[in-house]
Order: sequence, then structure tokens, then C-alpha cells
Amino acid sequence: MPIQKDSPERPAKDSPASAGEFRVIGVPRRRVDARAKVTGQTRFADDIFLPRIAHCKLLRSPHPHARIRKIDTSRALAHPGVYLVLTGKDLPIEYGILPVSQDEQALCLDHVRHVGDPIAAVIAREELTAFEALDLIDVDYEILATISDPEEALATPEPRIHEYGEEGNIHKRVALEFGDVEKSFAEADEIFEDIFFYQGSTHLPIEQHAAVAIKDPEGKLTIWSSTQTPHYLHRALAKVLQMPPAHIRVSATPNGGGFGGKSDPFNHEIVVAKAALLLDRPVKICLTREEVFYCHRGRHPVLMKFKTGVKKDGAITGMHLQTLIDGGGYGSYGVASTFYTGALQTTTYHIPRYRFEGCRTFTNKPPCGPKRGHGTVQPRFGQEVQLDKIAEKLKIDPADLRLRIVESPNTVTANYLRLSTVNLSECIRRVVKTSDWKEKFRKLPEGRGVGLACSAYLTGAGLAIYWNKMPQSGVQLKLDRGGGVAIFCGATEIGQGSDDVLAGIVAEVLGIDTFDIRLFTGDTDLGPVDLGSYSSRVTIMAGNAALQAAERARELLAEAVAIRLEVPKERLRFAEKSVFDSAAPEKRVPFHEAVCLAEARFGTIGTVGSYTPPKSPALYKGGGVGPSPTYSYTAAVIEVAVNPLTGWITVPKIWIAHDIGRPLNPPLVRGQVEGSVYMGLGEALMEEQEFRRLPKKLSHALVHKFPSMLEYKSPTSLDMPEVVTELVEEPDPRGPFGAKEVGQGPLLPIMPAVANAVYDAIGVRIDEVPITPEKIVKALAEKRAGRDPRYGPSHFPHVDWPEALRVPPPWEGGDGNAVNDVPRHSKPRPEKEKVLSS
Amino acid sequence: MMRLPLFEFRAPRTLDEAARILDGQGPNTMPLAGGTDLLPNMKRRQQVPRTLMSLRYVEGLNQVQWSDSASRLGACLTLTDVAEDPRFRNGMTALSQAAALVATPHIRNMATLGGNLCLDTRCNYYDQNYEWRKAIDFCLKKDGTICWVAPGSRKCVAVSSTDTAPALIALGARVRLVSRSGEREVTLSELYNNDGINYIRRRPDEILVEVLLDSLHGWKSSYWKLRRRGSFDFPVLSVAAAARLSRQAVVEDARIVVGSAASRPLVADGASKFLLGRSLNSETIAEAAGLAARIAKPLDNTDFDMTWRKRVTAEFVTYALRELRGDDMHVERGSLTRHSFE
Repeated sequence: MPIQKDSPERPAKDSPASAGEFRVIGVPRRRVDARAKVTGQTRFADDIFLPRIAHCKLLRSPHPHARIRKIDTSRALAHPGVYLVLTGKDLPIEYGILPVSQDEQALCLDHVRHVGDPIAAVIAREELTAFEALDLIDVDYEILATISDPEEALATPEPRIHEYGEEGNIHKRVALEFGDVEKSFAEADEIFEDIFFYQGSTHLPIEQHAAVAIKDPEGKLTIWSSTQTPHYLHRALAKVLQMPPAHIRVSATPNGGGFGGKSDPFNHEIVVAKAALLLDRPVKICLTREEVFYCHRGRHPVLMKFKTGVKKDGAITGMHLQTLIDGGGYGSYGVASTFYTGALQTTTYHIPRYRFEGCRTFTNKPPCGPKRGHGTVQPRFGQEVQLDKIAEKLKIDPADLRLRIVESPNTVTANYLRLSTVNLSECIRRVVKTSDWKEKFRKLPEGRGVGLACSAYLTGAGLAIYWNKMPQSGVQLKLDRGGGVAIFCGATEIGQGSDDVLAGIVAEVLGIDTFDIRLFTGDTDLGPVDLGSYSSRVTIMAGNAALQAAERARELLAEAVAIRLEVPKERLRFAEKSVFDSAAPEKRVPFHEAVCLAEARFGTIGTVGSYTPPKSPALYKGGGVGPSPTYSYTAAVIEVAVNPLTGWITVPKIWIAHDIGRPLNPPLVRGQVEGSVYMGLGEALMEEQEFRRLPKKLSHALVHKFPSMLEYKSPTSLDMPEVVTELVEEPDPRGPFGAKEVGQGPLLPIMPAVANAVYDAIGVRIDEVPITPEKIVKALAEKRAGRDPRYGPSHFPHVDWPEALRVPPPWEGGDGNAVNDVPRHSKPRPEKEKVLSS
Repeated sequence: MMRLPLFEFRAPRTLDEAARILDGQGPNTMPLAGGTDLLPNMKRRQQVPRTLMSLRYVEGLNQVQWSDSASRLGACLTLTDVAEDPRFRNGMTALSQAAALVATPHIRNMATLGGNLCLDTRCNYYDQNYEWRKAIDFCLKKDGTICWVAPGSRKCVAVSSTDTAPALIALGARVRLVSRSGEREVTLSELYNNDGINYIRRRPDEILVEVLLDSLHGWKSSYWKLRRRGSFDFPVLSVAAAARLSRQAVVEDARIVVGSAASRPLVADGASKFLLGRSLNSETIAEAAGLAARIAKPLDNTDFDMTWRKRVTAEFVTYALRELRGDDMHVERGSLTRHSFE
């Protein structure tokens, strides 16, 4: 199998204490924010109360698609207790997370695109008053035809939901070909063609979005918000409010969960900012659960078609993937999501030739966007279920089949993703062993079954959302005379433990305790930019920046201490809150004294660190989505029990192994694995962001079927099975202390492993999620009738695909450019275009 | 967040005082027990009473009187009281199981037996907030003119979602209702109408004060609930079965009730009668299950597909009857409800 050797950018980090002798890293520790959280003292955005605070409610469209002819706010404004009513005219500038999709307005000016699209804002003394005044706003609508799914969008170019995009209601179409897949299919012994559907789902963070804005005494704007991306919100506020960014401060409050649902700049944030500036009083909004469903940006529903050629021994000769994506009413991250549905197929198993076509359509539903595993979850489901079918046809054990074709480390894939460490084989071997796979697969009694699936995920997206040459993360450290260390960084704590990662790394390097560190994070005024908590990027990017800053501080301290102790500074060790001579440990100074010595010598001790991901070899247009400094790998075995009469399905046990590189704080890593399992089980078994269209002749309504935590079914703690988690450790040269991501990757194998286990249990294929008792009963009926024992989509609609960009893979002489496009490095790069590829 | 509308709050200390407050007020004044259903409904503006009258401080409403011949259960017993008190097992097992399967521990700590019996009917088109209902132009049950579940229907088809009513009907319970003008006893099965709006025959001025049960000596009972998850969810199908068996395990008396398959709990008379004089073997259980399932007519207004809910009704009746017979059902229980009642 062709391998491109790749020398790592930086050598493995050898800390003063070499591997195995860490005092902080890899040691199970209480996370730095644990006390505040378990004692209920963490201040979330909705906990902020300020004198003279006013409350904001948004009037939302009751229509899925309409033009606004006229809005009359006079009655609402006259309502006692109402301070201000805003409409689209007050905030007309368009914004959006991607520079290529600036398609949102904080309040719709003249066009509403889904039920829940905001039209006006009432700011009042009491929240109840604001709510009551919403009904006093008179809106005259012109109802437009409604588009409810991608197939309808393809067939209905008019009316257009947006005036931009490819054409009609097609937002984005992409086609990429890495080698001649038709030739690969001709060389194959078997060809497999399968169509899968992955239902949309939402993030369901426990904390609903909330924001408080003030005009500070200097006349500048401060906003506290439950956002994963304060820096991007900062940019959007500056654009829409037409204010100098220096006059805006965004402070991300600790998020009560995010999962991607708080990664866009949101209309309610912009509205309260504007209202606070106009009223000169604090303005607050806390969304209802229903409104969170309208913000959404969750998992795109995706229909996909896989065509895969294999040799008799299981080797893949080529793969052709098509995806049809339901985008909802706005762009959001959708262009990136579209590329992501085709990006990571090549990262797990060797695929010598690969073709991908993806199409995202607009529909009159809340916009979809990034949810844990962004865009890669849906095709991973299809790929892993199809592999199970391939293994059965080839009569190869699915675990053995995968072990034969796992991609090699330090490889550049067919689509030019550079892999670093790859421990997928070890993950597979671990779950095969711990689950006793060989004794269970195809051997359990009827109604019981096991399934296996694997995955890979980015450790941080290689490119920023907007094109720039600056670092993706920066950290400043301040060391004070008392031995305290302050970390300043834009990284955002969303519950995943990002503060603890920063504290752990700095504490390890400086030999101190994490509780001697103060963190100032997620605040655009206080710390250098970090792009945000998305794409599993914080540990590697903010972590490496923190490592660099800490090493620079250690260097200053070491120099000063070396003079005082009269030993060569190379011999100094930092541990136990001291700096000491490794040859004579009794020669030491306490850490705070070391700081004083350094300050006396160098002046105030402050250092900085930053991180820029390595350049990607993917130079073709669209190659900006997929590259990452390194990838994590996961394998899972899941056992299911299915009642053959009712189709009732339960999951008694899960075995999962994750290639983590090195766990910085093992309980947090395990927590992320188990949390991913939990979220994955929800998607596998019950979660559905589903919409209801009322009978057309009676109503034009298209509403979310159940925007509530009661009826949007997500598993409870009682539904959670026993999980056996294994961490596979091989430090990755690119990660801080060798760490890779864990926040998203472990979710990916769960859904296909459940589907594969259902087949093992009762011999029916459920080629879509969620896998429900109803679908199982229907598939069983097909089986009994002697038909294809399967439930799932049978048809992929016609899409006018553009000519594919042809990029020969590395082993066919390619250089990362498309042969039918102007080479990227010789072409001037207009900002927009390059941004598009992020 | 969603805010409650403003309301007047009354907290009488005696039943007389409570009855006086409700007298002549109509639905503008509503009794408040645990509030776990009413208060969220008020936030969604499904009910907007001007006055809430708390039952919490009314004397005597959370008492239990036990005797060999009859028991009286106060309406303000919490569901936790009912679920955790071992005296509610044996003959009353179905009630204990039903109470234990309501919602979550936190809700059971607040919610009351009487409140659960009076629970508003539920529907996916109705249990939504004000803005959502406005987007569909409301529905027959509240503020609208069309039933979106069955647009041709002139009757609301919202679903009876109480867990304890099917169990208590199977146990032959009666309830006592008190108003200023007097009091009356009603057989529980007669308390309900098959109408999603007028689902209960309690007048707005009446207070449901207690549940009355005759001796259940020799009876066994069982309650099975269908819901997606191991907690939180309302039933979308339930089966309560009670039977008095002779020493030879022949059925001397039986009541099977199917819940959450209509706007009221449905008494499966045909199935119950069929079992009389028979023993609970696989054939009789299958026959009774088929008869009981026939009356269930679920519609597309709850969780799960309605044809599937209909389809599994017989299975649920089978589980209940097998449990009465003495089969070890803890595997099925664990799988369906994540509760084993061990």
C-alpha cells in the first residue's frame, strides 16, 4: 500500500520530566472548574442579573415561508412596561458564520424562511410583559410556497429561499475525483451499491442559549453569551453594528453544553447588543427550549449513495459517494458541512481512488450546521454499514476485514489528507478482545447480536473560518511574585474541560499545581484570540500555544535560578512547586522565589505562545475541509437485544477503544468517550429533528414536530448501557504531550455498530437512523415475505452534478492540485474563494 | 424562559373553605395539587385560570385509611407515597407499579394521585407552546376549530395519559367528589368520557378528595406501560390487569384495562369475561390478548407510529396476564421500562 512518509513538524515534546514521570499530565485530577460546577456556583449567562436590567423576547414567524409586507409595532410600543421594539430595519446588515454565506439578518427584513425565524424584538421591564407585547405586533405576510425536503427543493426552483447559491434552491454542489474510480470498479471482484439515510438531530444542550449585553460606562459594548465561538461573534457584532471591534467585548460564559449548537453568531445576541446600546441599560435574553430548536444548526439530514469496489480479500479498489443534504433555511456552516460529508472516508481504510459529489439544498426549516462529528457522521454510518455487508458477502469477519485495510500512519490519502499516528488496528484488537467478539459474532441466540464499527475524526480543523495567515490560537501567561500563574486565552469552556487542559499543560511545564493557576478564558478583551470550541481543536491548538508560552516562561525562570543555584540551567527540573538541580535535588528554590529571581533579572514575567496548524498538501478547491494536524481513531463493539415480535431494541453493553495519543486528564477523556456514546445512542435509536406538514389544502404549516425536551426523545441515564472504555496511547508528535482529540470521534462508530448488531441479532438491515422498533418490525415483515430483509431508502434523486475537479492521488503523480483547474498556488486567491474552502 | 401568566393564589385549610372558593367560579378557578402538569400547561397558555387554589394545606387529603373491607386513599398522596409504601403491593400491585412509572422521581415527589387521575389529555398538536400552536392556527382542544389529528372529526381525540387511572379501574376503584352543594361517589371508570376536551366528569366546582377501594383479598394485579425511555415519558399505551384466581388458578374475576389508546381508559370487557372460569394458559392468554387489543384505536398524536402501537397492544396484555399467572417477567420489564420492581 503506497505510503508517503512525512516528517513531523516538531519533535515529540520531551518535558523536563520525561514520559512516565509526569506529575500532572496523564494523572487523574479534579478538573479546575469542578468545585464551582458541583456546588452550583458557576455563573452561566442566565445567572447574570444587573441593576436596571431589561428583558428581551423575539417575535418569531408563524409561517414557514413568507414575504413580510408590513410590520406595525405601535401597539406593542404603547404597551405599559415596554421600552423598545426593534425590527429588521434596525439591523439590516447581513451576517453569517462563513464569509461565503452572509445570509442572515438579526431580524428578518422582508423574507421569513422557517417557522421560528425572528421578525421583531420587544424589550421590556419584565419578561412576561415582553411576551405579552409580542401579540401586539401586527405583521402582514404574503404566504409563499413551502419546501420541506431536498427532493422537493431540487424539483422546485421557485420561489427561491435565497437569492444566492448554485441555482434555484440548491445552495451548494461539489464534485471531486481523486483518480479514475470507474477504472477501479472495473478492477474490482465485487461492487457494492447502497443507499442510506441519516435523519437530522439536534444538540440538546441542557443550557438554553442566553445573552446579556451592556453599554459600559465608557460607551463601549460588552456582551456575555453562552457561545462556543466568542471571536466569531465579535466579528459579526462589529459588522452588523458597524462598530470598531476595539469597542466590543465578547465574554463567553461557561456553556452548559454546546455540541456545535452555539458555534454560529446568533440573532438574539445581536439584538440584545443593539438594544443595550440604544437603551443604555443591560438587556438580557434567555431562549426557551422551543427557540433553541429554531436556532438549531444541528445534524443535517443526509441521503447518501455509496458505490464501493473490493477485491476478494477485502481490499477496496475505489469508492464513489454521493450525498444529498437538507440544509434548512440558512447557510450556517453548510458549505463546510457539504465538503465534510465527503472528506474523511479515506482516513480509516486505504482507498486508492475516490470520487465524491455532494449537494446541499435550502428548505423551509431551521438551518442545519455543525453537530458533534460535523458532516462526517452521516457518511461514516453508510460506510461502516456497507463494510459489514461487504464482509458478509466476502465471508470475512468484519473485524478481520477492517484490520486488513486500515490505512497506514504518516500517509497522505487519495484526497490529500496527511495522517500522523493511526492506531485504529489497536483499537479494533482491543474491542475484539474485551467484548469477546469472536465468541459472539454470528453465535449469539436469535434476538441477540453484536456489531462493530470504526471511525476517525479531526484533531482541529486545519483552516480558520475566514482566510488569514495568523495563528489559530494564542496564550499569554503572567507569573506573579506570589507564585501564581494567570493564563489568558480566548479558548472557551463549554463543559468539555478546555480550561483544565490549559491549566494542566502549564502546571506540568512549570512544576506547579493546577489550582495555583487562574484562568481568564473566552473573553475577547482579556486574552489573545482562540478561534473557539469547535472541530476538536482546543487541546491541540490552545494546548500547544499554552505549552509554548509555558516553556518560554520556564526558560526565563531557569536562567535566573541557574545563576542563583550556580548550576547549569539544563540540569534544572520544575516540579513540586520548586525548581531544583536534578543532580542534587536538595539544591532548590521554591517556585515563587524563582519567579521573583526572574522578575528581578528580566522585569515583569509575561510570555506568549501561539499555534498555527501545519500546511496541508490539499491544494485543490475544497481541499480546505478535512485537513487536520492529526486524526483520532475509534472502534466500538455494541451488543443489542431485539424482540422479534415487537421490534423493541435495547443495548445492554458497549465496548469502545479510542486512539487518544495521550490522555491529559484521563477521567475527562473517559467522560468525553462516554458522553459521545450517549449522544450516539440517541441518534442511533430515537432522536429525530422531524417536521410536520399539515394537510396542504387546509394549512400551509410546516412545523417542528415536537420542539420540547419531553417529546424530542433523547436517552435518559436509565437508558445508558454499561460502557467499557479503553484508551489506546501512543503520543502523537503533533499534540501537546502527544494528545489527540476525544470530544467528537467516539460518537461516530456508535450508530453503524448498532445497525450492524441489529443485523447480527435478527438478520434485517436498517439502512437509516434512528433504528426504531417500527422499522425493525417492517423489515422483519419483508424478511418473512421472502423479500429483501431491509428497511431504508431505495432511491437517490437525480442531481445535475458539476464536472468534477480531477485531482490525481499522490500515487498517480498528483501534486494536490486539480488537473482541470488553475493550480491553486499560481492563481491569485481572492479572499472569498479561499474562505469558501474552509 | 417561558413565564407563567399572572394569577391569584388561594390556600384554604379546610375542605369546606376549598369548596366555597370553587363554588360558582367555573373553570376560571382551578384546584392545584402537585402542579406538575397544570403549571407547565399554564406556561404554554393551554389553561389560563384567574385563580389557583392550592390543595396542599387542606386537612386530611393525604391520609390513607386501611381496613379489611375497604381502603381510602387521600387524593393528595404523592405518587412517591404510593410507589414506595409496601402496603400498596400485593393486590394493589398495579397501582404501585403505575405510580412508580410516572415521569421522574422529582415529579413523583410533587405529583399527586388525584392530580394524575385528573390529568389533562395529551396530543402532539396540543402540548406545544403558544407560538407553535399559533403557527398551526391552533386546534380544536384550545383556541382553534380543527382537529389536526383527524381533520374530519368534530370530536377532540387527545389521549388519556394517566398511568394510575387504568390501574385503579382494574382494581375496581371509586372516587369521592366534594362540592359546596354536596358530595358524590363515582365508579372511576365512569369518571371519564371518550372526548379529549370533556374527558372528565368532574364539575369545575368539585374536588376529587379520595379514592375508595373494596377489599382486594385474593386479587393479583399488574400494570405495563409503553414509553420510549426509562423515565420522563407519558404512557403511549398501557395495560392494567387484575384477577382473582382460585386455588386451582382458575380465573374467578378479572378486569383488563387498556390505557392511552383513546381519550379515556378502555375497559376490555370482552377479554375480561372470556377469562372467567378459565386458567391462564398460553392459549387463553393469547385469546384474551387478542380480544383486548381489538378495542385499542391509537391515532397519530403521540410518540411511536400508531399502527405499531396498535400492533403491540396484544403483546402488552400478554405480559400483564403472564405476570398475573406468576411468570418471572423481570427481563421483559427491564427491557421495556428499565425498571424491574425487584
